[in-house]
Amino acid sequence: MMEDLLIKLVLAGVVFFGALNLAGLHTWLERKQSAVMQDRIGANRADIMGFTMLGLFHPIADAVKMFTKEDIVPAGADRVLHTLAPFFSVFFALVAFAGIPFGDHVVWGDRVIDLQVADIDAALLYIFAMLSLGVYGVILAGFSSRNNYALLGGLRATAQMISYEIALGIAIIGVVLVYGTMDLQEIVRGQGTYLGGWIPFWGIVAQPVAFIVFMTAALAETKRTPFDLPEGESEIIGYFVEYSGMKFGMFFLADFLETILVACLTTTLFLGGWQVPYLMPDGFHFPWGTTLPISQWTYVLLGVASFSIKVLVFCWLFMQIRWTLPRFRYDQLMKLGWLGLFPISVANVLVTAVAIAFSGEVR
Amino acid sequence: MAVKVMRRPELTFWEKLYLPQVLGGLKITSLHFFRNLTIHLAHSLGLLKHLQAAVTYQYPEVLRPLASRFRSRHRLTVREEGTPRCVGCMLCETVCPAKCITIVAGEHPDPGVEKYPVRFDIDLGICVYCGYCVEVCPEDAIRMDTGILDVAAYSRKAMQLDIHELMDPKLRKPVTDQNCHLKFPHQCELSGGHMKGDWEQVYGSAVPRSK
Repeated sequence: MMEDLLIKLVLAGVVFFGALNLAGLHTWLERKQSAVMQDRIGANRADIMGFTMLGLFHPIADAVKMFTKEDIVPAGADRVLHTLAPFFSVFFALVAFAGIPFGDHVVWGDRVIDLQVADIDAALLYIFAMLSLGVYGVILAGFSSRNNYALLGGLRATAQMISYEIALGIAIIGVVLVYGTMDLQEIVRGQGTYLGGWIPFWGIVAQPVAFIVFMTAALAETKRTPFDLPEGESEIIGYFVEYSGMKFGMFFLADFLETILVACLTTTLFLGGWQVPYLMPDGFHFPWGTTLPISQWTYVLLGVASFSIKVLVFCWLFMQIRWTLPRFRYDQLMKLGWLGLFPISVANVLVTAVAIAFSGEVR
Repeated sequence: MAVKVMRRPELTFWEKLYLPQVLGGLKITSLHFFRNLTIHLAHSLGLLKHLQAAVTYQYPEVLRPLASRFRSRHRLTVREEGTPRCVGCMLCETVCPAKCITIVAGEHPDPGVEKYPVRFDIDLGICVYCGYCVEVCPEDAIRMDTGILDVAAYSRKAMQLDIHELMDPKLRKPVTDQNCHLKFPHQCELSGGHMKGDWEQVYGSAVPRSK
């Protein structure tokens, strides 16, 4: 019992550490990537003893700044809710990571350890529940600030998130139909088969339309450009106008965490999670017949590395999209969500369901 | 009156899909990203130095190259013996549209020179950098080629250059070197605005006398 607890604690620690650090690195990534793609150099001034390390100290400088800034609660604001809102945002974003499988199971002695913090049967539902609860942080922030602009920003954000959650959820149903389970670990295992022996049967191959709808809706869900109307960094006032110091920083952190979470989800559902092409638990089985046996630990490490690389690629892609596209207008946003993505995802589910029913390939 | 009907082009289905356009945009930004990233990496290995990865300059350390005709902060050209080339003709003060130049002329001992500036002030807070003073000068005594762009100060007083800074562009406001190096008689702002200096310090005993 104690050992189980310890193992879970270690797993949770690893995921916590990875997610939070990657979120911190996102501030660096955001500055540097945007700079490089705009022919600039980017943040490179923060230094420790003369070492600038490509500007890697800027996130630390940011954290120091955030923590030492004055924390202001507006007069007349609901003190409790105002303080609670950023915590809600970060909490739900972090908790959702528990459902993400980041590697195959490890056999250690007589123990089988799944590389997933919480082994939930319906992990997909759990993650979506947590993502939806993230709305509370946003709406509470707008509601408790006693500022009409913040309230409107919060309402905008809520309307957007709820609209896109529907498209997001329906896009997922196609994947669930294909792999026949809600357990993310099982969905990843299901992606270990091969179409005609060559093409990995990943979600993106089985459900390309769902992939595009999911990615678009996920971008909107995480409130990133081109869907960043809730925040509108400088032009339209967002729900966190009345926040300062680390409370504001926490909203930012929650934003980056959600981006990473969505990258993890996309990887898990559509890019085979920790699957490495042609890698079975006992080694590589290439379709041309060669095999390359490897040890169990190498196998697990390769899986974790594969998962991490895919997540990083998605983080990069999201960042690239964020610095490429201009923002939608609000009516365009709602139109795209309700008249574009929603019907497409419903049609996708219908077509998938019919195809599966006729092929009789229900697993 | 004729009515002009504005026809707004309808988006084609292909355009309404957004995705091709999104991918087109991503292609452009990604090409920039990978090109610059490759060049940055090559630079860190000492390669491809002739290609620029960023169009920006790391300002305080790296200055932008200036065109040779660029008008930067003024300076007064100096004769061999350390006196200003200026003959105090007041042409620059007269032509200055901003009226930022103040000259007090004094008599020069050399009969071939006639006059020289006892005081020569330029108020950079007023100067419009038109360069007329340089064009009008018959003696090539004032130039705007120091390459100094970062003229900034905390007070208006500190924006006013006097003859010390104009003759030695290395002296920057606030002037930390409180020792006046000018030997000829001048109204020395560094020592409280008194007249200071002597022609004998410049020429020794062989001062060319006008009388």
